[in-house]
Amino acid sequence: MPIVPSDKHPEACISRTLIPAGEPSLTELKAGQTLRILDLEGNQAVDTLFFSAANPRERYDVQRTLRKQGQVYLSAGSVLWSNLGNPMLSIVADTCGRHDTLGGACAQESNTVRYALDKRYMHSCRDNFLRASLHDGRLSKADIGHNINFFMNVPVTAEGGLTFEDGISGAGKYVELLAHMDVIVLISNCPQLNNPCNGWNPTPAELLVWN
Amino acid sequence: MNELRTTLYETIVPGGGHTSFVLKRGQLLRLTDLEGGGNASVLLFNAAEKSERLNLPDSLKCQHTVKLTAGHCLYSDMGRVLAAITADSCGWHDSLGGVLNAAEVQEKYGQGRYQELRNGFFRNGADNLLVEMGKWDMRLQDLLMCLNLFSRVDVDADGCFRFATGNSRAGDYVELYAPMDTLVVLTALQHPMDPNPQYAPKPIGLTWQQVASDGISVLCRTSRPENGRGFHNTERLFI
Ligand SMILES: [Zn+2]
Repeated sequence: MPIVPSDKHPEACISRTLIPAGEPSLTELKAGQTLRILDLEGNQAVDTLFFSAANPRERYDVQRTLRKQGQVYLSAGSVLWSNLGNPMLSIVADTCGRHDTLGGACAQESNTVRYALDKRYMHSCRDNFLRASLHDGRLSKADIGHNINFFMNVPVTAEGGLTFEDGISGAGKYVELLAHMDVIVLISNCPQLNNPCNGWNPTPAELLVWN
Repeated sequence: MNELRTTLYETIVPGGGHTSFVLKRGQLLRLTDLEGGGNASVLLFNAAEKSERLNLPDSLKCQHTVKLTAGHCLYSDMGRVLAAITADSCGWHDSLGGVLNAAEVQEKYGQGRYQELRNGFFRNGADNLLVEMGKWDMRLQDLLMCLNLFSRVDVDADGCFRFATGNSRAGDYVELYAPMDTLVVLTALQHPMDPNPQYAPKPIGLTWQQVASDGISVLCRTSRPENGRGFHNTERLFI
């Protein structure tokens, strides 16, 4: 788990945006800009999707990304590839060291399967993705593919098991991404209360952007 | 269990081929690796509402697995079971590798155009799946993570991948039972991580069977409490 701190200073950034616990966020990043996603209080899962701003049908592709890096976890040095085979962003700094891209986003429907039928009416990441997408107008349900869970730890075992672990992130840990194209960044700051992905206590995250 | 089944139809998808069809509620599809070392890249959709798609992250996290085998369910984004893996002689099917696109196939195998090779030309999984999806009026956004039947990719303690050669032998099969009308889109192409540098996709046999009782799904329904709820959600479609 490579820990690669950033040399960027918050005073020099061009924008700071707080995402309260459980809220969506839809922002844009220009090619050459750097985005820091900051886990303010620790153990938060930041569910994130990336789209080409020029062609929102081009989006982050989990299987191509994992295959090209020959590795199941994302960390500093990972390149995020698109469904059209283009590099979208690179992780250039990371003080957490591991991020999940297999667990997907929580949804009302999957909550009924994973936890209990009566968990259906709890808030979820898919609700956030849809709300932000439909207000924005460039994205719809069909565009909501399989996301990255920044700060989430989902180890794969030698037997092919998938486990959900608490806590490799902490207050003040961050990941930084350099954009290789103009991208739409769609985030759900996960409201999940049923598993340890955010320590059973969803907390705010912050976005910082540098030119 | 065989006496409860009626074979409806059988066919072979040649290496490089692609097809799509609705597997009706209560039907079983047996896929057979006819020669060994085959691979079938598969997508699933709700045939009645195709915006409902196979969601591999949900399938994996609901069952705490990245390897798929008998007893596992393949979930849609709506918490329903598009198909249940009711039998499997192979033991491990891959959820990680995805499919190559045209540029990646050319990079791996070299140029193999129709102009020179006619129907032996080098096809790619992304285009093959898109062609079939287009026939049902689906689009690029619907091409999500696919399942690679008959292939196995191991993950070591550091998270690094290793393709397992010899995972599937001639005659190995896997069976998918449909508890709802499920649109199956598939192509028979080499797994992207298969180290063989030659473009040499293998044929896959398909057998459709009518199952007289849904008892065949008991293994999947009861393998985890999650799957009981997944079947519950699926059966609500038919009330
Ligand atoms: Zn969530």
